[in-house]
Amino acid sequence: MLANRGLASALKKNLVGSKNAISLQLARSMAVKVNGDKGQVEISPVQCYKTDGPSLWVDTTKEEAVQALRDITTMRRLEISADLMYKSQIIKGFCHLYDGQEAVALGMNLGSTKDDHIVTSYRDHCFQYIRGDSVKRILAELTGRSTGSTKGKGGSMHMYYPKNNFWGGNGIVGAQVPLGAGLALAAKYHANKGMARGEVSSKAVSFTLYGDGAANQGQVFEAMNMAYLWKLPCIFVIENNKYGMGTSTSKASSNEEFYRRYDPLPGIKVDGMDVFSVKQCCKFARDYCLSGKGPFVLEMNTYRYHGHSMSDPGLTYRSREEVSGIRKERDPIDRLKRIVTELGFMTDAEIKDLEKKVRAEVDEAVEFAKTSPEPELKELYTEVFAKEPLPYIRGTDGIYGHGVCEWARK
Amino acid sequence: MNLVGAINNALHIALDTDPTAILLGEDVGFGGVFRAAVDLQEKFGKSRVFNTPLCEQGIAGFAVGLASEGSTAIAEIQFADYIFPAFDQIVNEAAKYRFRSGGQFDCGKLTIRTPYGAVGHGGLYHSQSPEAYFTHTPGLRVIVPRSPYQAKGLLLSSIRCPDPVIFFEPKALYRASKELVPVSDYEISLFNADVVMEGSDITVIGYGAQLGVLEKACKKAREELNISTEIIDLRSLLPWDKETVCKSVMKTGRCVISHEAPLTSGFGAELAASIQKECFLSLEAPIERVCGYDTPFPLSHEKFYVPDYLKCFAAIRRCIQF
Repeated sequence: MLANRGLASALKKNLVGSKNAISLQLARSMAVKVNGDKGQVEISPVQCYKTDGPSLWVDTTKEEAVQALRDITTMRRLEISADLMYKSQIIKGFCHLYDGQEAVALGMNLGSTKDDHIVTSYRDHCFQYIRGDSVKRILAELTGRSTGSTKGKGGSMHMYYPKNNFWGGNGIVGAQVPLGAGLALAAKYHANKGMARGEVSSKAVSFTLYGDGAANQGQVFEAMNMAYLWKLPCIFVIENNKYGMGTSTSKASSNEEFYRRYDPLPGIKVDGMDVFSVKQCCKFARDYCLSGKGPFVLEMNTYRYHGHSMSDPGLTYRSREEVSGIRKERDPIDRLKRIVTELGFMTDAEIKDLEKKVRAEVDEAVEFAKTSPEPELKELYTEVFAKEPLPYIRGTDGIYGHGVCEWARK
Repeated sequence: MNLVGAINNALHIALDTDPTAILLGEDVGFGGVFRAAVDLQEKFGKSRVFNTPLCEQGIAGFAVGLASEGSTAIAEIQFADYIFPAFDQIVNEAAKYRFRSGGQFDCGKLTIRTPYGAVGHGGLYHSQSPEAYFTHTPGLRVIVPRSPYQAKGLLLSSIRCPDPVIFFEPKALYRASKELVPVSDYEISLFNADVVMEGSDITVIGYGAQLGVLEKACKKAREELNISTEIIDLRSLLPWDKETVCKSVMKTGRCVISHEAPLTSGFGAELAASIQKECFLSLEAPIERVCGYDTPFPLSHEKFYVPDYLKCFAAIRRCIQF
């Protein structure tokens, strides 16, 4: 096993796939191959159920890896800033943070296209970001400002980016799972020109995310059953961060092997703290679904550093040592940094520089979110119904010059 | 004692005095998110106070089964906004057990506790007041307390009541509302509305956290307009105490009703319709309803949405000046 950084850069010139290529074993059994701006990363073995699983060598490029590091650094900074903003009481609404789990959103984005649908739970800031929204708009949504992702109407749990098929967060545990199956149905329906159960395979899949807690909601099983019956291109992704609110998986789930819990659906347990594992498995599951074979299950083995929400310190049901141990051993950013430097795509100095830039960008977004204007009062009674001009919304009579019940006054 | 402390105290007594009583819900094992169940697992053990998976339908159904076999089942739904997956179990099972079995069995020992209402920053899914969905269901009892003293007595009555009860706790008052509460075991009747303050000019009706808002509005009306208001806390919405309410309105001739839930089909609609039927010849002015708007619960504009004391005061004034 070689884990020597000097050697790594010396071996940079080795051609990918050539018989002289030497794999570099990183700490914790990772290895890379490099060829100029192209590279390959070996991921740790995955656990499979009713499938052989993907190749353990993942292709990447300098552009992709550098951008990935930039994105994951931004996500972390975004969540840390949200934490600080919440604590200084400028965030409205409930707030659930994603730090620790960033590799899932990032890897999924790399392993999918913008035509693929993604729908997730209330822990949604980083998905919103990775599907194309700006940090400014995300933070402004958290502060309930008019410049936010949904004009300040929803807050933390309610942001959407339909342009790139991100169907948002959801405030109710598990409620998004049948929605995701519905998105998959729509994908198939469109490919089959209006035939819901036609034979043509669809061009897009639906990544339907939920947590280990939501995995016990009845509607999850209902959605899976329908998805399998109708061979929908739906990838059920369980982000197993070990705790559903304050209850550990062992106390909430009779079968903790979520990837093999839904006979007859095939599944893979993925290292959710490794961007490239997530990317590879999402790609694999996507190909499987697109071939018309039906739904697939991915269990992301991940961890949240924060508590369930901002009102949960996150230490009553798990130890400080457990959290710091995972931060030290499995942090997705540390791992990506190591891969990027081992591939020779970036130097430590370049990474430091990138971190500084990201920090400045997010700080600017924080200011933006703090100083943007409040939503107009009409946001209270618009978009309740589709009709234009505005329908009569009871209760708001005359108060803001809207909704006066004319016919009743004549 | 604050309101959450009073709930906790009532649960201690309920579990202490009834060996068949069981408390279940998401994270109640370590006290629940609002700490209403704190210390209960330590005292009564994991077999009587335990966490469930995150599955509201399962929690409700499980509790219905427990209650129908004779256990006192106290189930917690973490937020009233999360109760909808359990809606079927509550409406189609719990509410109809006694009737559909011809009285052979029932689930009267079921009590579902759930925090409801605005807290200032809850947004769409942590602020709603869904009581009217349940008051539309014969077979259920729907109870909403307004203060710590009331909460303890009403919760103990609810737990011991031989009908299934949905007990809505005003979470905004959990820590904000404090008063002297006896540590002993006591109950408050689930049949009677409470005349909180007697008056002669106008009847003001509410329940839960809205009572505090109404008291403030009435104080302003008294001080600025010299109006004598009679304030009624319904306490039980289903069934509700029509006699107390109608006697009061016949006396005052005027009535303002207020709740946080949206106006249309809110519980105020039932009250207004019944009052106009019973008190038609006594009414001096149309009945006013001060409620939430017919919009989803807003995040940024919560302070505009909620029926605050100024809106209630304005309604009292309109009603008086009619």
